[in-house]
Amino acid sequence: MTYIAKPKISHPSLPKNQLGLTTRDYEGVVSTLCAGCGHDSVTAALIQAVFELDIEPHMLAKMSGIGCSSKTPAYFVSQAHGFNSVHGRMPSVTTGAYAANRDMTYVGVSGDGDSLSIGVGQFVHAIRRNLNMCYLIENNGVYGLTKGQFSASADIGSKPKKGLPNQQEPIDPASAALALGATYIARSFSGDKEQLVPLIKGAIMHSGFSLVDVISPCVTFNDHEGSTKSYAHTREFYKHVANIDYIHPSEEIKASYAEGDAMPIHLHGGDTIVLRKVDRAYDPTSRAEAFKLLRERYNAGEITTGLLYVNDERAEMHELMHNIDTPLAQLPYEGLHPGSDELRKLQSRYR
Amino acid sequence: MASINDVVIKIGTVNGTGSASANGLLRKAIFRMGVPVVGKNYFPSNIQGLPTWYEIRVTGDGYSCRSDRVDMMVAMNAQTYARDLAEVEPGGCLIYDSTWPRSRLLNRDDITIIGIPLSKMCNEHFDGARARILMKNIAYVGAIAALLDVDLEIIKSLLEETFSTKQHLIASNMEAIHLGYDHASQNFPCPLPARVEKMDATKGHIVIDGNTAAGLGCMYAGATVGAWYPITPSTSLMDAFRTFCSRYRVDPETGKRTYCIIQAEDELAAIGMVLGASWNGARSFTPTSGPGISLMSEFIGFAYYAEIPAVIFDVQRTGPSTGMPTRTQQCDLISCAYASHGDTKHVLLFPADPAECFYMSPQAFDLAERLQTPVMVLTDLDIGMNDWMIPELEWDESYVPDRGKVYDAEDLEKMEKFYRYLDVDGDGITYRTLPGVHPKGAYFTRGSGHTKLGAYTEDSAEYQEVVDRLLVKWETTRTMVPDAEIRYSKFNKAAILTLGSCDGACKEALDRLEQQKVGLNYCRVKAFPFTAAVREFIDQHEVVYVVEQNRDAQLRTLLINDIEADQKKLVPLLHYDGMPINAGSVVAGVLEEIAKGRAA
Ligand SMILES: Cc1ncc(C[n+]2csc(CCOP(=O)(O)OP(=O)(O)O)c2C)c(N)n1
Ligand code: SF4
Ligand SMILES: [Mg+2]
Repeated sequence: MTYIAKPKISHPSLPKNQLGLTTRDYEGVVSTLCAGCGHDSVTAALIQAVFELDIEPHMLAKMSGIGCSSKTPAYFVSQAHGFNSVHGRMPSVTTGAYAANRDMTYVGVSGDGDSLSIGVGQFVHAIRRNLNMCYLIENNGVYGLTKGQFSASADIGSKPKKGLPNQQEPIDPASAALALGATYIARSFSGDKEQLVPLIKGAIMHSGFSLVDVISPCVTFNDHEGSTKSYAHTREFYKHVANIDYIHPSEEIKASYAEGDAMPIHLHGGDTIVLRKVDRAYDPTSRAEAFKLLRERYNAGEITTGLLYVNDERAEMHELMHNIDTPLAQLPYEGLHPGSDELRKLQSRYR
Repeated sequence: MASINDVVIKIGTVNGTGSASANGLLRKAIFRMGVPVVGKNYFPSNIQGLPTWYEIRVTGDGYSCRSDRVDMMVAMNAQTYARDLAEVEPGGCLIYDSTWPRSRLLNRDDITIIGIPLSKMCNEHFDGARARILMKNIAYVGAIAALLDVDLEIIKSLLEETFSTKQHLIASNMEAIHLGYDHASQNFPCPLPARVEKMDATKGHIVIDGNTAAGLGCMYAGATVGAWYPITPSTSLMDAFRTFCSRYRVDPETGKRTYCIIQAEDELAAIGMVLGASWNGARSFTPTSGPGISLMSEFIGFAYYAEIPAVIFDVQRTGPSTGMPTRTQQCDLISCAYASHGDTKHVLLFPADPAECFYMSPQAFDLAERLQTPVMVLTDLDIGMNDWMIPELEWDESYVPDRGKVYDAEDLEKMEKFYRYLDVDGDGITYRTLPGVHPKGAYFTRGSGHTKLGAYTEDSAEYQEVVDRLLVKWETTRTMVPDAEIRYSKFNKAAILTLGSCDGACKEALDRLEQQKVGLNYCRVKAFPFTAAVREFIDQHEVVYVVEQNRDAQLRTLLINDIEADQKKLVPLLHYDGMPINAGSVVAGVLEEIAKGRAA
């Protein structure tokens, strides 16, 4: 497998962001995933999101574990730093990276296998720390890269290509994240870019741990009749509850949101997201309601999508630890040790 | 036995009864008299109830290892009377609490048995169950002070330092000291012939454990991120780092921290955090022990191949598996040297004592960043958790961290294009960039096959080119790691070669063998890979006794593997019962080999 560099033809007509960059500047190398794989659509949504957020490519860190999904950081923003780690352990690497440099934007891409089986411990604890990152799970119900075994997100009754339907209780990443105290939880579908892009933007701008669980069908191993993670099944059963519009700090909040189903939420960093409720009664700032909704809709066979829960009040990791604002990696050495005289003094207790 | 400043006191108590501070008080008092001491903890993997011992070796000669005898046993734990009694050297003594009738067990006519009614006296003088237990410990210190002639004024001043803010405790502790002291002086011929006498051999020295020294070293090295998962015997290393940081690493203006300690969910995560932080340019480390190394292995291999700095302290304990978590060994040499699947090998440092734990900490960070690879500092429970007398630590103000080959924004600005794994200098070490510094510095870090330009590959030649270049780096490494300590006595054909915490036992053994007209040369390796001098040293000798604390002669295996040392020459002398090695076992091992006809 070699990478063919995409010819960079800058189209004068392509829109530019505030950095003067076009979406072409946010692309990566050519994907080597199967044609039609949901993950490629998520990559496209990510490119759109970081482009629209005016993120400087080199200030973006793309983190991943192992799996087809985890390969995708190579397929977007070549000018960003990528870290394709080991299976299930993207969260720990991101935790360390964020500990060292809080000024960068961290986007982690994982799979349902990577996050819900081998890496479930790290997924859980990144949430507990309220690690300031956007965590995407490209959820296809199977291990794509090892050829189609069920993952822990497979629904009861979902049929594999060969063999018996799954009978084990699935782990729903969104419900799990809610139980664990994640502060931004969204779900979407790789085939719904319009919903997905703003959800990713909100997730990136949210201060603290943001989960975006994206149903991202595996065309090769889990897109057949009887699979609950196929394109057809997802299209049929998925429902929007509350979508968002991301409002750039430079934009005004348009008054076009009808009272009752629009709710502006001001994020820590000065950005605003406007919640557009599809279900007017739903309040995504209530953890209890989010629980209830997820449970009820799941039992009804629906795939609930949109912004499911948001809490912008909780302190993120560095704030919780009272760490200095300057990235630790950039602190000059002189200030990091108290010198030889102090060393002499502090040893008096060992005499 | 009339001996001055050559006496071993062993105190047997029950875990959780607060004897540690009393034992520390005694050890410090002797040290303040100018007499070298060694303090060893023999403790169970338990919080409360099991037997525990503290051994103070008073050694006017300044030896640093565990002794091979006990002159004075303080038997405070009836559970262990039988074995405690049996351990005392003929002519020695045993102290017990004579509040209750003497156990029939405590009977030996070749030692002096000293009963002090510790509980009775303390119950009469102090209120409250906890206070009585604690004061009983202080009272036996008083009795020992009388028997060994330890200076009461020094004890008093130590108590004053400890309780400077709690005046009433100074008085009550001194009262307990006197209870023991007076009872012993009035009822027994004090001091005993084997006793302590002031000398001037501890000036400029401190007594410290290796974990504290390493934690201090990490702070001085400028480490900003520490990630860990608690495991005996490494836990106190991060505790120490935290203590020093909370004192010296708080920004005076904002009150915010200039360090980040993350208690990870497990060692899989701890090492991941270290790699993430190092990748991003922070000096980052994790302390652990054998089981943690096992869990970290996949990431250690990743860091080797993706070339990410990392500092790992392995405070070794007795394996295999959970083994004996509170006993010592040097049993992770091979698992660390070759941690992870595939062709990997890693830089190891072997400090011999807390002083080297301190000095090797910045060195470990320098090497990790210079070589862009994990560096493991292999200490052990004996170094990490016991009390060692070392020369006072000094800091060289001219120290500048070696951050290795890192292109900064200015370098990158001038460059056409940056390639991560290009061997520009021919030493096998390539240039790296730090994220967020410059758009041209971006690259993709991966553990999968990559070309020298940093791109993904499954091409045989491209793959091999990179792993072969890593071998070039390995040879460069050999020239950069700390060199061995080598001592020649005469034109000896035989030598001892060892590492880490065996140093003290081996040096004492050399002295004792010398007295028996057995002269041996000495080499203590300080790092893996082995330097040219180690190879030369082995070549110069006919017999090399390889002294180490594991069953399988792991150091010997590494010598054979790494520098193709002639295995016929390398005679293993192994100590692996979980107790720190002592000089006696080295002497016995060498003499046994000589008796078998091996050259000396
Ligand atoms: C330690 C370890 N065990 C097993 C594997 C093999 N493996 C590679 S990818 C994968 C599953 C990936 O599934 P998922 O995260 O859902 O990604 P997908 O391919 O479905 O996008 C497994 C088991 C591995 N790389 N490492
Ligand atoms: S196997 Fe499935 S998940 Fe992997 S690339 Fe193909 S379609 Fe995507
Ligand atoms: Mg999957």
